Amino acid sequence: MSTSTLTRKKSVNIVPVKKPVNWRRVGAWALVAVAVAVTVAPFLWMLRTALSSNHSLAANAGNLLPADFSLGAFKRVLGMQTPEEAIAEGGSGAAINFWLYLRNSVIFATVTTAGQVFFSAMAAYAFSRLRWPGRNVVFSLFLATMMVPPIFTALPNFLMIKNLGLLNTFAGMTLPFLFMTPFAIFFLRQFFLSMSREVEEAAMLDGAKHLRIFFQIVLPNAAAPLATLALLTFIGQWNEYFWPLLVGQDESVRVLTVGLGVFKSQSPQGAPDWTGLMAATLVAAIPVLLLFIAFGKKVVNSIGFSGIK
Amino acid sequence: MTTLTKQQQDPAARARRPKAAKPVQKSLIHRLGDLKVALFFIFPAMIGFVLFYLIPTIRGVYLSFTEYSILGEPTWIGMKNYTAMLGDELFWNAMAVTVQYVGLNIGFQTLIALGLALLMHRVAKSTFIRGALLLPFLVANVIVALLWFWMLDYQMGIVNEIINWMGLPRIAFFGSEQWAIPTIAAVNVWRHMGYTALLIFAGLQSIPNHVYEVASLDGSSATRTFWSITMPLLRPVMVLVLVVTVIGSFQVFDTVAVTTAGGPINASRVIQMYIYQKAFGESDFGYASALSVILFLILALVAFVQMKFLKGNESDLD
Repeated sequence: MSTSTLTRKKSVNIVPVKKPVNWRRVGAWALVAVAVAVTVAPFLWMLRTALSSNHSLAANAGNLLPADFSLGAFKRVLGMQTPEEAIAEGGSGAAINFWLYLRNSVIFATVTTAGQVFFSAMAAYAFSRLRWPGRNVVFSLFLATMMVPPIFTALPNFLMIKNLGLLNTFAGMTLPFLFMTPFAIFFLRQFFLSMSREVEEAAMLDGAKHLRIFFQIVLPNAAAPLATLALLTFIGQWNEYFWPLLVGQDESVRVLTVGLGVFKSQSPQGAPDWTGLMAATLVAAIPVLLLFIAFGKKVVNSIGFSGIK
Repeated sequence: MTTLTKQQQDPAARARRPKAAKPVQKSLIHRLGDLKVALFFIFPAMIGFVLFYLIPTIRGVYLSFTEYSILGEPTWIGMKNYTAMLGDELFWNAMAVTVQYVGLNIGFQTLIALGLALLMHRVAKSTFIRGALLLPFLVANVIVALLWFWMLDYQMGIVNEIINWMGLPRIAFFGSEQWAIPTIAAVNVWRHMGYTALLIFAGLQSIPNHVYEVASLDGSSATRTFWSITMPLLRPVMVLVLVVTVIGSFQVFDTVAVTTAGGPINASRVIQMYIYQKAFGESDFGYASALSVILFLILALVAFVQMKFLKGNESDLD
C-alpha cells in the first residue's frame, strides 16, 4: 500500500502542470461511476422487490420504489406468517424452514473454515519451519492438486461418502473441506516464510518445543494473514453450492444455497413468489455483506496477493 | 508461477547446504531432521490430501474405464466410454455450448476488467470503489443467478420493462435457445468483472513508476505508453489472470443449474451440467467419470498452452 500512496503523490505533482482542465479525468470518473452503478443497482433492486407486495408487482414493474410497501415477504421467509397468509400474499404456503437452513449454513461454513485454516496452518508450519526428507516433493504434490478441477474429485468423493453411509450428515458435507486445501497451505506457508524467526530461535534455545512455538509464537504473529484466510474461506464456504447439492439434499442438513434453489422451484403454477425469493436471497446474503462491511478493506487488499502472488 | 517455482527451490537449496558441512556421524540424524515433529504437524493435512484428493483422482481415472451404476461393482470395459463419447451428440453439443460460453464470458470479462483496472489505477484508487466493484463476487453464485433471473424475467423483469419502454420487443433471456448462453455469460461477467479488475489492478501497481516517468519525459503519448509499456509489462499478470479465469469459466455450473438447468432443449447444457446429469440423473458414473477426465485434460491443455504460448512465466521487466 505504501507504494500506491507514493505514486499518487508523485502524479499529483506532475499532472496539474501539464493538463490544466482535465476532461479525460472527468470522463474517467464518469465511467467509474457507471461501473459502480451497474454493480450496486441490482442489489438495490433486490431490496426494492423484497419490500413490495406480489400482487402489485406486475402493475408497477417499472416503478423504482417498492410497489405497495410491505414486510410480508420477509415475514414469509422467516416463517412469521401462517400458510394462509402466505398464500394470500402470493407465496407457495409451503414452509421453507429458513432458520434451519441458516443454522446449517452457519455450521457448515464455520466448521470447515475452522478446520481448514487450523490444519493448513499446521501443515504450513511443517513446510516452512521444519526440515525433513521429502518435504519439497510433498509440497509440490500438494500444489499440483490445485490443478485438479473440483468436479473430477467430486464424483469419487461422493461415492466414498455414500459408501461410508455419511450422505445427508454434517460429517459427509464437511469432511472433504475439513483438513486442507492446497491454496490455504500455500498462502500460509508464504507468510510463515516471510516472518522473522529470531524470536522462535531464541525460544528454541530456551528449550521450547515446536508445539509451543507454533501455538505461542507463530500463530499469534500470523494473526492477520490467518484472519484474512479465514474470512476468504468462510465466504467461499458460505457460498458453496455443488458439494452440498450432492451430499446434503435432506432438509435436516440442507444449506441456504441449496435451499434457495429449491425455494425457486417451489412456487405454485401461477406467478413465482418474486418478493419472497428476493427477500430470501437478501437475508441469505446478509452474513457475507456484514463481514464485508466490517472487514472489506482486508478482503479488497488481499485479492492481489491471493490471486497472483 | 515464476514466484512459485523460485520459492520451491529456495528452501531446498538452503536445507542442503548445512548438511554437507556437518560431520559424518551426525548425518543420519540430520537427514531425518525434524521428521517426527513434521509428521505430527502434517498429519491432518495428509489425511485430507490422501482421502479427498489423491485417492479420488486415481479412482476417477479408474472409474472412467468401467461401467458403474452405483449399485454393485464397477465392471472394466476398457476404452468403451471414450469411444462412445466420439459418437455422443450430446457430448459434442455440451462442448460447443461450453466453448461458446467461455468465449463470450472471458472475452467481455477480460476487456471490461482491463478497462476498470486502468480506471482504478489512473483515477480511482479508493478502497470504497474497489470494494463496491468486488461486491457481486462475494455473494453466492446462486444468489446472483436468482437476482438476475428476476431482473431478466420476460414478463415482469426490470430489464424487459426498459426494453419495452424503448419500444423494442421483449427478450426471453433464459427461455430462448439463442439467448440462454449469452445471458448466462453476461450474468457471470457482471459477477466476476470487479474481481478480475482487482487482479489486473494488483499487476498494474507492480509496474514501477519510474518506467512511466521516463516515458512521459520522452514525450510518449498516453496511448503509446499503454501499448508499448503498460501492456508488455502487464503480460505475465494477464496470462495468469486468463489461466485462472478460463479454467474457472470452463467449470460453470451453479448459474446454469439454478436458472435453466441446461435448457431450453440443450441450449445451455454445459459440460459440467452434462457430467452432473449423467452421474446423478442417469446413475452412469463410468461415463460421467470419463467426461470429467476429458474436462480435466482440456483444462490442463488450456493452462499449458496459455503459459507456453503467451510466455506467462517471463517478465519483460528484467
